[in-house]
Amino acid sequence: MDFTSLTFHDVSRTFGRRRALHRVTLECAAGEIVALLGPNGAGKSTLLSITATLLAPSSGTVRYGAYSAEAGGAALRGRIGLLGHDLYLYPELSAEENLTFFARVYRLPAVATRVEAALAHAGLEHRRHDPVVGFSRGMRQRLAVERALLHEPRLVLLDEPFTGLDDAATAALGRRLGGLREAGCIVLVTTHDLETIDGLIDRAVMLHNGRLEAIAPGRGSLRERYRSVVGRQAHDG
Amino acid sequence: MGSFVETVWLVVRKDLLIEFRSREILYTTLFFAVSCVLVFAFGFVREGRAVEDAAAGSLWIAIAFSGTLALGRAFERERQSETLRALMMAPIDRPALYVGKLVGVLLLLAAVEAIVVPLVALMFQAPLLSHPFLMLGLLASGTIGFAAVGTLFAAMLVRARSRDVLLPVLLYPITIPVIIAGVRGTAVLLQAEVDVPMARAWLSMLVFFDVVFVTLALWTFEPVMTE
Repeated sequence: MDFTSLTFHDVSRTFGRRRALHRVTLECAAGEIVALLGPNGAGKSTLLSITATLLAPSSGTVRYGAYSAEAGGAALRGRIGLLGHDLYLYPELSAEENLTFFARVYRLPAVATRVEAALAHAGLEHRRHDPVVGFSRGMRQRLAVERALLHEPRLVLLDEPFTGLDDAATAALGRRLGGLREAGCIVLVTTHDLETIDGLIDRAVMLHNGRLEAIAPGRGSLRERYRSVVGRQAHDG
Repeated sequence: MGSFVETVWLVVRKDLLIEFRSREILYTTLFFAVSCVLVFAFGFVREGRAVEDAAAGSLWIAIAFSGTLALGRAFERERQSETLRALMMAPIDRPALYVGKLVGVLLLLAAVEAIVVPLVALMFQAPLLSHPFLMLGLLASGTIGFAAVGTLFAAMLVRARSRDVLLPVLLYPITIPVIIAGVRGTAVLLQAEVDVPMARAWLSMLVFFDVVFVTLALWTFEPVMTE
C-alpha cells in the first residue's frame, strides 16, 4: 500500500479531563517537510503518536491518502517511520544487531545491504559490533534516525531529531532530510531547534494548548515568526 | 502463519540474546526462587519430615513469585528505550509480539524450574519425579497459565507509574485457580498412595485454563496496547 498525502480533520484528543489536542486540521503532501513547533506540553508528541497509529483520536479523522489507520492496519504501519524522544534501541545489542533485528521484523529484503547502508549513513561502521549502551547520545541519535528510516517509509515522524548531534551530524541529518524530500516522503518534524531547521523545512505550524496555527512564510527568521505567533496568542489570551 | 511464527522467533531470540549478555533476569529470578524454597524448608521441615503438602505449596509459591519478578523485568527492558512502541509500529501481527514475549518468559521460568524442582525434592524429601510426565505436564501447563495472564498484564502496565505494585495486585487474584490447580495436582502426586486419575483431572483443568487465558490474551493484546 502507498499514499501521497496525510490529512488531519478536526482531530481532538483528551486524557481524562485534560485536552491535549483541540480540532487540529492539517494537510501534508508527499515531498514536503513540515515542522511542528510549540512549547513543552503543547500536544506535539500526542499528535505524533496519533499519526503513528499508536493512539486513537478522541474525535476527528486522520487519513493516509485514501486509508484510515484501521483500514491500513499493519501495511500502513510498515510505511511509517517514527523517531521518538526515546530512541527505540536495545542498549544491550550492538548497532548492527539493532538494525538487523528491526530489518527482519519489518521483513525487508537484502537485510545485510540495508544495514550496511544505514551504518554508513550513521557513520558507525567502525562501531558496528559495540553495544549501544556504550554509545554517546549523539551516536545513539544517529543510529536511531537510521533505524526509523531503515524500511524507506513514506511518512517520516521525527521527534526532536537534532538532540545530541554535533555540527557535522546536524549537517548530515539536514542533508538526509533533503534526500527524504526528493524521495517523496512526507516528513513531520518536531523541534525546539528553530535555527537548525530554518531553511530545511517547507513550512511550519505551531501547536499551543492543543490548537494548531500556521506560521506564515515571510520575512524574518523562523524564530522571529514563531515568536510573533506566540506573542499574538499570549495577547489573545 | 509463517510470518507469525517468524516474528515470535525474532522476539524470542532477541530476548534470549539480551538475557544471555546481562543474565539479569535469570540470576535475580533464580536467587529469589531458591531463597523462597530454603525459607519454606526451614519453616516446614522438622527432623527430615515435611508438613503434609508443604512441598507442593512451596514449589508453586516459588514459581509464582519468581515468575512475577521475571514478568516485570522482561517488560521493563522494553520500556527503558520505549522499544515496545517501535515493535508496536512494525507491520507484524501484534499478537505475535505477545507470544514472543510469553515464550521468552516461559523459557526463563523453565530454567528456574530446572533448578527449583530438584531443590524442593531434596529439601522436602518429596518424590517429585516419581511420575515425571505428569509432573512435567503440571509444571508446563501451570507455568503457561500463569505467564499467559502475567505477560498480558505486564505489557498493559508497562507505562503505568506504579506497575511494580499493580502487577501482583492484578495478577494473583486472576491466576489463583492456576496456582491452586498446580498445588493440588502436585500434592496428589506426592501422597503415599499416588492418585493418578486425580492428578490427571487437575492437569486437565490447567490445560483448560491455558486455553482460556491464552485465547483471551491473544484477543485483547492489540486493543489494550493501542489505547
